[in-house]
Amino acid sequence: MTDLPQTQAGVLDPEEARRARMKRVEAVAKWALPGVVLVILLVLWDRVIVWNDIPPYLLPGPAKVLETLVKDWPMLFEAFLVTLQITLLALAVAVIGGVGLAVLFNQSRFAEMSFYPYAVILQVTPVVAIAPLIFIYVDNRTVGLLLCAWIVAFFPILSNTTLGLNSTDHNLRDLFRIYGASRWQRLRYLQLPSALPYFLGGLRIAGGLSLIGAIVAEYVAGTGGIGSGLAFRILEAGYRLNIPRMFAALLLIAVTGVVVFAGLSFLSHMLLRKWHESALKRDS
Amino acid sequence: MPTLRDNMTDLLHRPILPLGQRAPLLELAEVGKVFNGQVTALRGMSLTVHEGDFISLLGPSGCGKSTALRLIAGLSTPTQGRIRWEGGQKAGDLGVVFQEPTLMPWATVVQNVYLPFRLRGQSLASVKGEIDEALALVGLSAFAGAYPRELSGGMKMRVSIARALVTNPRLILMDEPFAALDEITRHRLNTDLLALREKIGCTVIFVTHSVFESVFLSDRIVVMAARPGRVIEEVLVTAPYPRDEAFRTSAGYAAHCKVASQALHRAMGEAA
Repeated sequence: MTDLPQTQAGVLDPEEARRARMKRVEAVAKWALPGVVLVILLVLWDRVIVWNDIPPYLLPGPAKVLETLVKDWPMLFEAFLVTLQITLLALAVAVIGGVGLAVLFNQSRFAEMSFYPYAVILQVTPVVAIAPLIFIYVDNRTVGLLLCAWIVAFFPILSNTTLGLNSTDHNLRDLFRIYGASRWQRLRYLQLPSALPYFLGGLRIAGGLSLIGAIVAEYVAGTGGIGSGLAFRILEAGYRLNIPRMFAALLLIAVTGVVVFAGLSFLSHMLLRKWHESALKRDS
Repeated sequence: MPTLRDNMTDLLHRPILPLGQRAPLLELAEVGKVFNGQVTALRGMSLTVHEGDFISLLGPSGCGKSTALRLIAGLSTPTQGRIRWEGGQKAGDLGVVFQEPTLMPWATVVQNVYLPFRLRGQSLASVKGEIDEALALVGLSAFAGAYPRELSGGMKMRVSIARALVTNPRLILMDEPFAALDEITRHRLNTDLLALREKIGCTVIFVTHSVFESVFLSDRIVVMAARPGRVIEEVLVTAPYPRDEAFRTSAGYAAHCKVASQALHRAMGEAA
């Protein structure tokens, strides 16, 4: 009667062909477009300086910043390591404190009622306002920096993990009750796994915040010399009108943030890829 | 700690005796539940469950069938009356299947079925045999290492059933387990559930709002009415087991569906 075309594997109708083409284009564009934007911005930056004859002590060009980065590398890299170390330590302490408090609040309603308001107060008070006091009472500079960064970073972990611990499937909770699970078993086998995606979401936010906390604390602490972080190098370079070094240090701070974020995203992906919706690829 | 499997060699072979010759297993005597001191969810429910019974609780929404199931499961305590297990209730006497598959998404099929044993402190190695057998019974041996998201709705429900029967419980409670599935899958699972019951001789209380499902599966249908939730009457389905797809089109099936439908209509009428 009608001779409809036979369906064959590997043959795409126009709609499917368009979709496949879009997919290929998008895969390239995802990387190419930000790259193009970067090149345009750098060229513009460079041209603005050349055309207007702006001296490097007012605004250095990209080449000058790169040159400074290479020249000052030993000092800047040391500062980078200090800042990274404070950030990661603060993040680790925030994880311990945030998860610990979340579990405590989850296990005891009364503990939550007693302490939660103070966790919120600690969170909403700007760290810049608390930091000077901290450095008056805490002698050890590293401990002071850690404390500041922790105050900023622990809250998203606490609040996300609390949400996760309370978001267990109610049927699974019933099932655990029927099978006579202990409180510890319920926490270990049901609540903590349920809370993992929420915790990882909080962790990614906390990673950025602990860097902010570390930088702010360095600005406030302000002591120099050996063992100073990137924020102090920026301050110091500012006093000396060494603008290219300020840019170079700023670049490294941005890199630190990206490295922390990428690392945590990768961790999150590895932990969730087998089972969680957020890590799944859909075909259609 | 007493192990679940002291007095059995495997999951198989508990003979199902004819109705009237079965030993009592569980007794509900004038059981009622009032929520908040004002909402009567269930009133005066009396029911004796015998070993080997397949009982459906059939009724409209709000008739207290799920409340009754929660009371039997011990998730809630009755306001009036009492629930008594023959010989007392022991750990592992109950298996439960909910309307959703209720699997742990972060755990594989094997780990999900292992859950009841894990919560009893038994190692995976010591119960590997039971788990393999339960998975074989529901036809999922090939998917032992899969994660729930990789399975279809019907397969997830099979995992849930395997978990419920892996401890060889004296009673399995099922709360509208197939309601969310498509009809073809539901029919398939109904047939498989009956085949499974023939093999292991389990006792089942099955909550449903489908007349057809209750007639196909059960030998006793407890018809319930709403506001307040209560038992109206009991319909016996005398058609013999094993029942298969041919039973769905038989005259006996149609006759029983008619009787059950009429009982359900009376229950609805009383509620209105």
